[in-house]
Amino acid sequence: MNLRRRILRWFGRHPGATGYALLSPAIGWLVLFFLVPILVMLAYSAMRRGTYGGVEPTLTFEHYRRFFDPLYLAVLQRTLVWSAVTTVVCLLIGYPVAFVIARATRWRPLLLFLVVLPFWTSFLVRMFAMIFLLRDTGFINGVLLRLGLIDEPLTLLYTRGAVLLGLVYGFLPLMILPIYASLEKLDDSLLEAAEVLGARPVARFARVIWPLSLPGVVAGSLLVFIPALGSFVTSDLLGGAKQVMIGNLIQNQFTVSRNWPFGSAAAFVVMAIVLVAVLLYLRRRDARELLGCSARWLAGSSSSRPWCPCSSTRRW
Amino acid sequence: MTSARLDPVVEFQSVSKSFDGKRAVDDVSFSIQPGEFFSLLGPSGCGKTTTLRLLAGFEPADPGTGEIRINGRRVNEERPWERGVGMVFQNYALFPHLSVERNVAFGLEQRRVPRAEIPDRVHRALDLVRLDPREFGRRAPSQLSGGQRQRVALARALVLEPRLLLLDEPLGALDLKLRKEMQLELKSLNRALGITFVYVTHDQEEALTMSDRIAVMDRGRIAQLGTPADVYENPRTAFVASFIGESNFFSGRSEALGDRRWRITSAHGVFEVVAEPGVRVAAGAEVGIAVRPEWMDVYPLDQTPPEENAVPGTVQEIIYLGETLHVLVALDAGGTAKVAVRNEGQLIKPIPWTRGARAAVAWLPEDCQVLEPSE
Repeated sequence: MNLRRRILRWFGRHPGATGYALLSPAIGWLVLFFLVPILVMLAYSAMRRGTYGGVEPTLTFEHYRRFFDPLYLAVLQRTLVWSAVTTVVCLLIGYPVAFVIARATRWRPLLLFLVVLPFWTSFLVRMFAMIFLLRDTGFINGVLLRLGLIDEPLTLLYTRGAVLLGLVYGFLPLMILPIYASLEKLDDSLLEAAEVLGARPVARFARVIWPLSLPGVVAGSLLVFIPALGSFVTSDLLGGAKQVMIGNLIQNQFTVSRNWPFGSAAAFVVMAIVLVAVLLYLRRRDARELLGCSARWLAGSSSSRPWCPCSSTRRW
Repeated sequence: MTSARLDPVVEFQSVSKSFDGKRAVDDVSFSIQPGEFFSLLGPSGCGKTTTLRLLAGFEPADPGTGEIRINGRRVNEERPWERGVGMVFQNYALFPHLSVERNVAFGLEQRRVPRAEIPDRVHRALDLVRLDPREFGRRAPSQLSGGQRQRVALARALVLEPRLLLLDEPLGALDLKLRKEMQLELKSLNRALGITFVYVTHDQEEALTMSDRIAVMDRGRIAQLGTPADVYENPRTAFVASFIGESNFFSGRSEALGDRRWRITSAHGVFEVVAEPGVRVAAGAEVGIAVRPEWMDVYPLDQTPPEENAVPGTVQEIIYLGETLHVLVALDAGGTAKVAVRNEGQLIKPIPWTRGARAAVAWLPEDCQVLEPSE
């Protein structure tokens, strides 16, 4: 009892400490399971490869040098392009869907449920399901053959298209939900104000709806782009051996080739690229408010308490 | 423009609007003169906001019901941006991603006003609502106080120089002092610019202060339309009498005495009342009368003037309000009457009443309002 009172009194005298106390489990978790492993990986990436896997503690940068071989750079470039295409396609499909859900009143719960539904099954299962859809004896070819539209099955599986289809299918909800969230907050009276000020539907979208939904667009794009960049299951199952992404490369280094240092080095290069890309993206003024003050801090905006993740200067 | 009666700016001819089969606006007709400050007043759900939204074009009127005209032109089928009206919203509805200047410039840009003219017109509009463009022009709406936001919203509507400005409870979110200040300012803008204002409010005092005419709305219909003095001093129905100001109500069986004079036999006694011209009273029917607190007086039981209607009771409470005193009298036949007495100085000339004293409330036959039944 006495101890409890003393603890409470201590927090009463140090009001700033409450936030840190509440955050400490999460911080501890992240340090133990994110920061430590990643530092270990960083150390491995600069060591010599062990003969039977593992590493030898000798400093070397050969793995980083090796990564900038045209062979690997081609894989990296392909991965970046595919991720970008996936993001754009998700945006083109997801935005109208999010818009309809945000405007719907009666059907909104059902539509949201349908968007989230795929998350109830594992990503792996969904990708296997795509195989049944796309393979030579799969559903699509079956229907087309039955209808007599084609004479022999189309090659759908193990193509670039199949991988892109899988990526878009897998990540689409991650685009829809944040855009929906920002459109749903949009006050109808803003649209009415624009309307009475002379804005026709296209102008209302371009001048009011789109700029106010940008936080959702940015969040959705990041949520799709980053995991797409690191994905390997989709390209593995739907792309076959020809459509290797950087994720497959890294995974191979750890499992098949047993070259942990090179795998680590490749992972760090990708991570650096993602980080730089995200920072550049967030430097945009509109995007800055998006991810809270941590992102604001990363983006170099001045905050009165940039070190505090729960700074009260934020409006929402 | 030589005729005394100008062509109306706004005409509603038996317009109705239903939502899911429920009539929000029920067969409403009125017309508004150029330059008029016209208020739509009523409790929430009375249809005043829907009426304004019908006028702005946000809601279509029920097909086949009636006609809405602006400057003599039928606008039922026109979209809001074709109607040439300005609008100020209750929650300001400023674009949060645009600066004050860009908010005000929005309408000019949409109307394809030459780029070179825009900054000048934006400045003039901000000056008009007394916001310094140099100090506030670059700020985001989130950096402004409620009153400043409302001024920006006003400037954004006025910059297009509309002939008709619609205001939907624009002062509802402001504190009392600021509200009083803005009331006077809106009124003077209305006079100075000659723009017709249509003003929606649920605040009866605000409507009385600002309006040239008030349409009191109740359940989708206009219960009474008239000048502030009309609706306050001659309320037609019990609804109007109770919604605007305070009233004491009595009811009883009517008996015609001729020349608009009636005898009312009620539970509180027999009254003689004079109906306003045009008030329909059915002989032998149950009619209500309303008596404003300031139309009444309190007397000792044995000293009521013989020409006045008197109701006996007991003084229940005396409330000191400064300018006036409210005397609450519990009536012998049930109910309470509120009488407003002018304060002539309680230290020099105190009223002779104390709580628990026997007294009568009384009023002259002319000093009451015979009510029409509200349907």
